[in-house]
Amino acid sequence: MSINTSEAPHSARQFAKVLQILASFGNEEAKLVPILQAVQEEYRYLPEEVMTFVATALGVPPARVYGVATFYGHFALEPKGKYVVRVCDGTACHVKGSQNLVDTLRGILKLPEGKKTTPDMLFTLETVSCLGACGLAPAVVINEDVHGLMTPESTAALIEGIRREEGL
Amino acid sequence: MSTVAMDLNLEKIGTDYDAVASRCARRVVICAGTGCMAGGALKVFKAMHEEAKAQGISLEINLDFEETGDRDGLLTKSGCQGFCQMGPLMSIEPDGILYCGVKPADVAEILRKTFRGGELVERLLYKVPATGQVCKGHGDIPFYTQQKRTVLAACGSMDPEDVREYIARGGYAGIRKAVLEMSDEDICKSMLDSGLRGRGGGGFPTGRKWDLTRIQPKGKKYIVCNGDEGDPGAFMDRSVMEGNPHAVIEGMMIAARAVGADEGYVYVRAEYPLAVARLRRAVKAAEEIGILGEAIFGSDFSFRLQVMEGAGAFVCGEETALLASIEGKRGMPMPKPPFPAQSGLWGKPTVINNVETLASVPLILSHGPAWYRAMGTAKSPGTKTFALTGHVANTGLIEVPFGATLRQIVFEIGGGITGKDGAIDNDAFKAVQIGGPSGGCLTREHLDLPMDFDSLTSIGAMVGSGGLVVMNQSTCMVRIAKFFMQFTQNESCGKCVPCREGTKQMLQLLDDITEGRATEETLPLLEQLARNVKLGSLCGLGKTAPNPVLSTLKQFRAEYEAHVHRKVCPSRECKALVTPEIKADRCKGCTLCARKCPVGAIEGERKALHTIDASKCIRCGVCVEACKFNAISGI
Amino acid sequence: MTAEMNLTIDGLQVDIQDEKNILEVIRKAHIELPTFCYHSELSVYGACRLCMVEVEGRGLVAACSTAPEPGMKLRTQTPQVRELRKMNIELLLASGNHDCPTCGKSGSCKLQSLAERLGVTKIRFKAPIPERPLDTSSPSILRDPSKCILCGDCVRFCDEIQGIGAIGFTHRGSEATVAPAFNKGIAEVDCVNCGQCAAVCPVGAITVKSDIEQVFAALGDPAKTVIVQVAPAVRSAIGEAFGLPNDTFSTMGRIVSALRRLGFHKVYDTSFTADLTIWEEATEFLQRKEKGGKLPLFTSCCPAWVKLVEHDLPEILDNLSSCRSPQAMFGSLAKEILPGKLGVKREDLVVVSVMPCTAKKFEATRPELGQVGAPDTDLVITTQELARMIQDAGLVFEELPVESLDMPFGFKTGAGVIFANSGGVSEAVVRYVAGQLGEESPAIRELRSDRSRRTLELPTRLGPVRIGVVYGLAEAQRLVKEIQAGESDLDFVEVMACPGGCIGGAGQPVTHSDKVRGQRTQAIRRVDAALDLHCPQENHYVKEIYSERLETPNSHQAHHLLHTHYQSRRRIQGEGISLSEVTGVPKIPVSFCVGTACHLRGAEVLLKKVMACVEEEDLGERFDVRATFCMEACDRGPTVKVDDIVLHGATVESVMGLIREVLVEKVE
Repeated sequence: MSINTSEAPHSARQFAKVLQILASFGNEEAKLVPILQAVQEEYRYLPEEVMTFVATALGVPPARVYGVATFYGHFALEPKGKYVVRVCDGTACHVKGSQNLVDTLRGILKLPEGKKTTPDMLFTLETVSCLGACGLAPAVVINEDVHGLMTPESTAALIEGIRREEGL
Repeated sequence: MSTVAMDLNLEKIGTDYDAVASRCARRVVICAGTGCMAGGALKVFKAMHEEAKAQGISLEINLDFEETGDRDGLLTKSGCQGFCQMGPLMSIEPDGILYCGVKPADVAEILRKTFRGGELVERLLYKVPATGQVCKGHGDIPFYTQQKRTVLAACGSMDPEDVREYIARGGYAGIRKAVLEMSDEDICKSMLDSGLRGRGGGGFPTGRKWDLTRIQPKGKKYIVCNGDEGDPGAFMDRSVMEGNPHAVIEGMMIAARAVGADEGYVYVRAEYPLAVARLRRAVKAAEEIGILGEAIFGSDFSFRLQVMEGAGAFVCGEETALLASIEGKRGMPMPKPPFPAQSGLWGKPTVINNVETLASVPLILSHGPAWYRAMGTAKSPGTKTFALTGHVANTGLIEVPFGATLRQIVFEIGGGITGKDGAIDNDAFKAVQIGGPSGGCLTREHLDLPMDFDSLTSIGAMVGSGGLVVMNQSTCMVRIAKFFMQFTQNESCGKCVPCREGTKQMLQLLDDITEGRATEETLPLLEQLARNVKLGSLCGLGKTAPNPVLSTLKQFRAEYEAHVHRKVCPSRECKALVTPEIKADRCKGCTLCARKCPVGAIEGERKALHTIDASKCIRCGVCVEACKFNAISGI
Repeated sequence: MTAEMNLTIDGLQVDIQDEKNILEVIRKAHIELPTFCYHSELSVYGACRLCMVEVEGRGLVAACSTAPEPGMKLRTQTPQVRELRKMNIELLLASGNHDCPTCGKSGSCKLQSLAERLGVTKIRFKAPIPERPLDTSSPSILRDPSKCILCGDCVRFCDEIQGIGAIGFTHRGSEATVAPAFNKGIAEVDCVNCGQCAAVCPVGAITVKSDIEQVFAALGDPAKTVIVQVAPAVRSAIGEAFGLPNDTFSTMGRIVSALRRLGFHKVYDTSFTADLTIWEEATEFLQRKEKGGKLPLFTSCCPAWVKLVEHDLPEILDNLSSCRSPQAMFGSLAKEILPGKLGVKREDLVVVSVMPCTAKKFEATRPELGQVGAPDTDLVITTQELARMIQDAGLVFEELPVESLDMPFGFKTGAGVIFANSGGVSEAVVRYVAGQLGEESPAIRELRSDRSRRTLELPTRLGPVRIGVVYGLAEAQRLVKEIQAGESDLDFVEVMACPGGCIGGAGQPVTHSDKVRGQRTQAIRRVDAALDLHCPQENHYVKEIYSERLETPNSHQAHHLLHTHYQSRRRIQGEGISLSEVTGVPKIPVSFCVGTACHLRGAEVLLKKVMACVEEEDLGERFDVRATFCMEACDRGPTVKVDDIVLHGATVESVMGLIREVLVEKVE
């Protein structure tokens, strides 16, 4: 699936989906959160023009949509990488050393300060609150796959494995 | 729209179900709570199903099979069975067996030995670490026998996606009684008599909350279920929503009937996709069968329910912020009064209850208030679920009556404290954090305190939502306070000055302390700030944010002072106050550590002393593990 | 008065009337509790936590959001409450760039005055302060987010009173900011420049853009002749900056004197062109009424209102009066007439205006109002800026002599002066059409009421004329919706963005007091009463302008100098959102309007079908299918534009047919 940046044109299929999403929620402004969730499902993030379009379609100021999109942690305003790496920072994982994993990953992925996604758009690093896999702490999820009892070493190995698969 | 409403015969559904279920000789339940799922429960389920076929054992995965005759067993995925440390879990009834840590490779043996041979697979049974005693199942595993699983009773033993099973076990009889036999006042009085108090942390009497909403002028009213369980380390509500979603639905319906509402929302964190999915399916099933919709049980009571996902904001667990979120806005709390009972969702009277509270309601209506009062303490009747995590042998989901002591929970149910290397070491008990980022810590002196709402508040702690994090001696309490403050700071909505700015500055001061920059003024300033944030904040998040700090300051002041005055972290967790070093007399220059280091912080020639660049070191400890000569200290 | 309806504040009994919260009761007891986020006109926010008081039995509560109950016992001065207030101020001071001496708000800043009042003398908090750059994109307001205390007053005002919401809260916690959508510059979003956000901001986070240095530069340039026009509302309020009562008659004379001493060559009165505006606008209105033109006619002298229509209501652009505003008419006439009269070259003449208004700064930059590189009005300063200039020059305003305005552009009737009040433009039109009615007449009483919406019916020789007057753009938008829905039948509507009209403009000395606004309104009325002439048609200098140059109102010459046109500034338009997969090759645009009306007529179904046809016929490489908003043919949709040919009532056949035609043409 191609990554859409704000410069690239939107595919007609995706845009038609936005219209569909708005219609399915009856164009109700109270449904802004689920509407944005559905839009993000489609685009993997929330492009600016689409947010402006949603605002205009719902009859609310764009500043309001932007305010809602930036308030909630799940909304991404920048495209995500192909592999989304989530490190659980719930209490149990934290107590078992999740911060180490985050530091290790930031180092291996060479993420610049303040950035969550690698420049080659391959990896995005996030911390999430409790995944409920406390018995397997510390846990790391890459896209849909849960990896438990991780160490900095095994985490590094995981990333290396992906890089090899991607031919890097 | 249900045409079945008038004919909805719960008894018939129940007996029909039992008739089919009883034709299955055994019931195999595989825990499919999120924890066990992460451990591969689905693979076990699949393997079990396929292997049974291969071995010629008739194991059905639902009760919709056509042919007559008996079956060897019914295979079900349930919600969380609680014993998370031991997952994936498989229980087999009526044998009363609980197999732990089951892998797909084990199922062939289980089917052969247990199903065909009626024998136990010993290696999959739980062994009590202290005594070595082998336990067959729920009946003799101390973790379970010491609990009083009430709200969680059905969670690990039934199929959460089969509404007929729920009904067969007495489900929806409560709402039927409420609709056909009770007035709204009666229902509220029942709740009041039972003494049920809100399980989300507030502890407000549920009956009173409902009554306050009931007496508002007739018109549009709402019931909202707060499933935004955001405390890190808490997963009680998740388990109830995953394991027994119909109980939540029934609870909401009873609340609706009690106050005069006809519409409801369940607001679930997006981090609980399984709970969201199960609730949505449960709502659909309830609609199809005629429980939800118009003219329920042929009366004038109608109720419809929507499941809404949160979008990643802990503050939306605060009721007015939650309502703002449902209304499509930023989740920023509003000043109270007015309370939601008077003016809630879109300004209409709204009842907001926690998941566990709602799941208790059908039980109270079915068994009666006196039954509920008989459990727990006088001022805090009933039971409470807790998520027991941290340095304890048996982490998992538990339920005990109020009045249980910390000692019972940690040592008897929890199986004791784990020390630095994971082995049981009951002398290593340091503290238990209760109530998550809003709570405080309990220490040795509180071990025999009967826990309930009031006893905990009296010592400056709170029940909270029920997260219990056990900590051993290797834990730095200052870092724990900082961890919770980081969390709160991150989740602060930013509306009011004391919380937004106050928690930011408190975090900065805590950071100063753990990084060795604290001065004589730091602690008094931290305390003054904490006091003011507690008093001045707009909502519960800010008002309780300083609790972990205040509580740890009270119980572990010496630790803080060591950090401040001596620049030492007694637990050796604060890395800035600990420098990593390669000991010259032990290093052999094998270069193993340098090669393993993920960030390239170690340098050195072959056969020469290696050095660690402290500025690059992220203190992950890989080098310590790698070094065969124990030459690295300070991490 | 029964004994039940009172409460106790610091031991003293105070009666409760209809106050919404205890803050207002406490103010009644002459205690000014500090607040940032409380505004009687805006919704209760409860965020700054400065107004906390102790209620016996309840602990600390925020006074702004607690309802008064009989028997309550409040204490406003306990050690706890005092510590909390000081802590809050200290936290705020630590949260941003609060370097007072170099801040434009110093002297009128609430944070500064509270810090002083509460004795906050040290800042002990050291968390790093994030970089937040200035937003200098707007000609009217300057945003400095590093000073923002997140009280939300600007957000709520823009949203609730103006109905625009150009600025809002973003992010969360200590990352929270107040910013336009997508953190763009405020001039890049729907801001209409009304400046009320700056008026309501208690600190220096949003201030009025200052043009003082440019004016001083022009005044100091020997090659330039600088003349100035002073708006009517200025005289009603500038005295407040110097401790003078609003209704001091000598204020205008002192303004003239001050301006001359600052170096302005001629001092004129915008009220002159206000009279002129009435000649043009009333004539325009009567023509429309007689000939069945677009009604209602909406006034166009408020630039914020005009910009709102361009952004959000372009369907009523034709209803707006085509007349320029008095400021704009003045600039146009001045540049046309004065070079000859004063013996200077047009390019050496600098026209400065003193306005109560920030949107006028934007208006002066509109390309239609002037020639390329040479706007009719060169510089706009506000009442506050003039006061500053006077202080900068060391002039002691209260002691200056009274001087008279220059002629002929200093001459006015009372009708021109009352433009400053909400209802004034309408009253001036009424005077032109029906002569001066008495103060007691129902029409005048309605026009002079202080409600945000008034309507009246006036019998005239053309039949009854229904007039509506609103202030506040949210109220204006509501009225427009009612008119569009056929619920309201008005012929003439006056819209002002600011509370009470221009006297409440964001360029005026800051006040939130209805009392002060009332005083300004009264001051204007007194000026009107004291003048010799009251009806615009009596202004003989205006008559001269017509006889010498313009012939008659609405003539060709009049249109050239005194009228203008507007432009649609729809949010998504023109470029649209490009939908095709492939990029690179320049393609022929095919734009589908997906605005509500077209949507209801099946625009998106049409879009999908056409896209399918385009792919089938393998035309994807040549055509770039786009969605756009709104081509303003709402009654003729669905509307599709292929290249630059517009199709109304489009169907799949007609669109595909046109596409094939265009392709053939392009190939040839």
